[in-house]
Amino acid sequence: MKTRNYFLTFGCVITALMIAFILLGYFWTPCDPMKMDGSVRESAPTLAHLMGTDKFGRDILSRVMKGAGATFFVAFGTVLIGTAVGTLVGALTGYFGGWLDEVLMRFNDALTAFPGFLLALVLVSVLGPGRRHLLLALGIVFIPSYARIVRTEFERARSQNYVKSAQLMGASTARILFVHILPNIWPVLLSAITIGFNNAVLAEAAMSYLGIGVSPDEASLGYMLSDSQAYLATTPWYALGAGLVIVLLILGVGLIGEGLQRKDL
Amino acid sequence: MNKTRTLSLLLCLLMLLSLLAGCKGQQPAQPESPSAEPTPAAPATPTTDPGRRETNEITVGISQDLDSSLDPHTMVAAGTKELLFNVFEGLVKPTPDGDLAPAVAEEWTLSDDLTTYTFRLREGVKFHNGSEVTMDDVLYSLTRCRDEGYVAALKDSVIEGEGSTLTITLPSANNEFLANLTCAIIPADYADQATAPVGTGPFKFVSRAVQQSIVLERFDDYWGDKAYLDRVTYIIYENPEALAMALKGGAVDLYAHLSTATVSQLGDDFSILEGTMNLVQAVYLNHTVKPLDDVRVRQALCYALDRQQIFDLTADGKGWPVGSSMYPAFRKYYDESLNDLYPCDTEKAKALLAEAGYPDGFELTITVPSNYSPHVDAGQIAAEQFRAIGVKVTVQPVEWATWVSDVYQGRNFEATVCGFDASTMTARAMLERFTTGHSKNFIGFSDPDYDAAFAEALAAKDDAAQVAAYRKMERILAEKAANVYIQDLVDFVALRRGLTGYRFYPIYVMDMSTVRYE
Repeated sequence: MKTRNYFLTFGCVITALMIAFILLGYFWTPCDPMKMDGSVRESAPTLAHLMGTDKFGRDILSRVMKGAGATFFVAFGTVLIGTAVGTLVGALTGYFGGWLDEVLMRFNDALTAFPGFLLALVLVSVLGPGRRHLLLALGIVFIPSYARIVRTEFERARSQNYVKSAQLMGASTARILFVHILPNIWPVLLSAITIGFNNAVLAEAAMSYLGIGVSPDEASLGYMLSDSQAYLATTPWYALGAGLVIVLLILGVGLIGEGLQRKDL
Repeated sequence: MNKTRTLSLLLCLLMLLSLLAGCKGQQPAQPESPSAEPTPAAPATPTTDPGRRETNEITVGISQDLDSSLDPHTMVAAGTKELLFNVFEGLVKPTPDGDLAPAVAEEWTLSDDLTTYTFRLREGVKFHNGSEVTMDDVLYSLTRCRDEGYVAALKDSVIEGEGSTLTITLPSANNEFLANLTCAIIPADYADQATAPVGTGPFKFVSRAVQQSIVLERFDDYWGDKAYLDRVTYIIYENPEALAMALKGGAVDLYAHLSTATVSQLGDDFSILEGTMNLVQAVYLNHTVKPLDDVRVRQALCYALDRQQIFDLTADGKGWPVGSSMYPAFRKYYDESLNDLYPCDTEKAKALLAEAGYPDGFELTITVPSNYSPHVDAGQIAAEQFRAIGVKVTVQPVEWATWVSDVYQGRNFEATVCGFDASTMTARAMLERFTTGHSKNFIGFSDPDYDAAFAEALAAKDDAAQVAAYRKMERILAEKAANVYIQDLVDFVALRRGLTGYRFYPIYVMDMSTVRYE
C-alpha cells in the first residue's frame, strides 16, 4: 500500500514559503529595515509593524526578511562550495586511490582536526569581516565532511560491474566519474546536502550571534537574537521573529531530507 | 520489583530531608563566622531586616577586564583606573567636588613664580605590605613617573627630598601641576606591582583571576577615614545580559554604567543613582586618512549628527550634549555654546560634502568596541545618520583588546566611537592629547593654532587667562570638527537596597571607601 510521503510534502511547502518570503524581502519590505524611529521603540506587534519593533524602533519584520535572505545566501553558498569542492576531492581520491588519496585525505584530516567553528573564526579574522568572507570561511569548513562521504561512495562504486563495463567500453575518466558514478550516489549526496544546509544556517546564525563577520546595523538573524536577549522579559517578540525564521528554514529543509530518505525505502 | 522501587523512593526522600536539614542548620550560623577577628571602624549593623546580607562585603560588576599589568603608572584603560583608584593614592587625591585633597602629602606651598612646589609628607602613612611610606618611596615613584615619561608634566623637573620635605621644581610655571600628583606613590623597588599591586589606598589588593574577578579588602592601617566594607569583589560581566541576570539574581550588589534597558528590568531591589560618566563620547575620526583629512568632510559629518535622536533611542532622551573634548562636570572649562555649533542639517552637510569633492559620499568604517554597548549603539545610530547624507557606513565591532591594540595604539582605523576621560582633574588631561605629535593623539589632529593656545594655557599666569586659553582650544577642536562630538553619557548606578554612600566624582573613578550598609 502506498502511503503519502508527508515529510516531503510538508518540507517542500515550508521551504517554498520560506523562499518566497526571502525573495519578497529581496525586492520589497514593509518598512525600510534600517529606518530608526524613536517614537515606536520596542513596540508590540501592530498593523504597521507586524512583528513589532526593536530597541531603535526599526521594523522587525523587514529586518527579519532581509536577515533571512542573508542567512539563506550564506547557507546556500556554503553548501555550494562544500559540495562542489568536496565532491571533486572525494571523487578523485575515492576513484584513483593511491598517493593522491593519501595526500588529499590527510589534508582533509588536518582540516577536520580543527573544531569547525574555531577554524571559521580564524578564517574570518584573517580574511576580514563581511558576509562574503564568512561564506568562504564556512564553505572551507564544510568541505571535509562532503569529501569523506563522496570518497567512500566512489571507492565502493569503483569495483562495481557498471563501472568496469564503462571502463571496458573506453569511456573517459571524467565521464565515468561524473556521468556514471555521480548519479548513482546522488541520494546519499542529497541527504548530506540537506543536513549540511541546516548546519550552515545554524553556523551562520551562531557566527552572527557572536557578532563575527557581520555588522550590527545590518539585518542579521543571529545578531538580532543576541540583541534581543536583553529584552526577553519585556519585549519577547523581538527574539521571536528571528528565531521563528531560523526554525522554519531548518524545519523545511530537514523535512525534505527526511522525506527523501523515506522515499528510497 | 515493586519493593526496590519503594525502597529507592524512600532513600531519595531521606536524602532530600537531610539536605533540607543541612540548609536549615547552616543559615543562622553564617553571620557569626567572619567576626572572629576584631574589625575596627566596621559599621554598626543592628538591623534585623531578614532580607539583609549580614556579611560586610559586596560584589561589584564591571564590564571589562583590567589592563594586563596593574602597575598604576602604566595603566591605560579607564576601567583599570576606575578600580585601582581604591588601591592607590598620590601625594594628593581628587574629591567628589573636583578639588584636590591631601593624601600622602599633608600640606603644600607653591612659590610665587609658580615653579616650585614644596610638600610636607604625612607621617604614619603605610603601604599595604605594612611598611611605612618613606621619602625614598616618594622619590622613587615620582622619578619613575618622570624618567619613564608616565607623567608628562614632570618632564625636566627637579625632585628633591629631605626629611619629610619634598620640593619639586618645574622648568616652567605650571599652576595646574598639582593635579598630576595624583599619580600613585608605590614602594621603592617593588618588582611585582604588575601582578600584586601595593599602594596606600583605603583598599588593598588581594587577588585577581584574569577575565573573571578582582578582590580587594579593606586596609585597616589606612591613614584616613577607613573604608566601611570588609571586602569588595569585582566580577567581570562582558555581556550585559549576563550582568542583568546577575543583578536580578542577587550575585551583584553594585554596578556602575548601566544601560537604560537593564535599568528598566531591575525591580525594587535596587536604588538607581543617576550621574554622568565623565567622558566625552564621540565619533573619533582619523585625520590621517582620506577623506577625513578634509575639514569640510568632518564638518559635514558633524552636521549630519542628530544628538537628540541618540539620546532618545539609547537612554530615553537622557544625555549631556558635548561639542568639544570637555564634559559638563568640568564646570569651569565646559563651553555650552559649542554644542550648537553644528545643528543637525542634512542639506548643509550634503553641500559641504559636494564642496569637498564627494557629492556621492564615500565609504567609512566605524569601529566600535563590542563590549561597550553604549558605544556600539551610538555607532549604529550615527552610522544611520551619516547614511542620510550619502556616506556609506559600515559598523565594525571589535574586541576591547583589539580596539586598544589596533585602533588606539596602532591607529589603524577610519572612525571609532568611544569615550575619553580625564586622567587628572585638569582641562589639560582632556585637551593636551590633541596637540601635534602627542603620544596619545591617536586621531592625528594637528593644528598650529591649537598648539599655540596650549602653550598659552601653560604659560598663563592667572587662572582666568588659563581658562580662556583652554576654552579657545575647545573652540578650535569644535570649529575644525576634530571629531563628531556626541555626549557625556548618563551614568546609572544600581545599588542594592540597604547599601548607601556611593559618590560620583568628576573623573572616571568608582570610590568604594564610602559605600556601606545602612
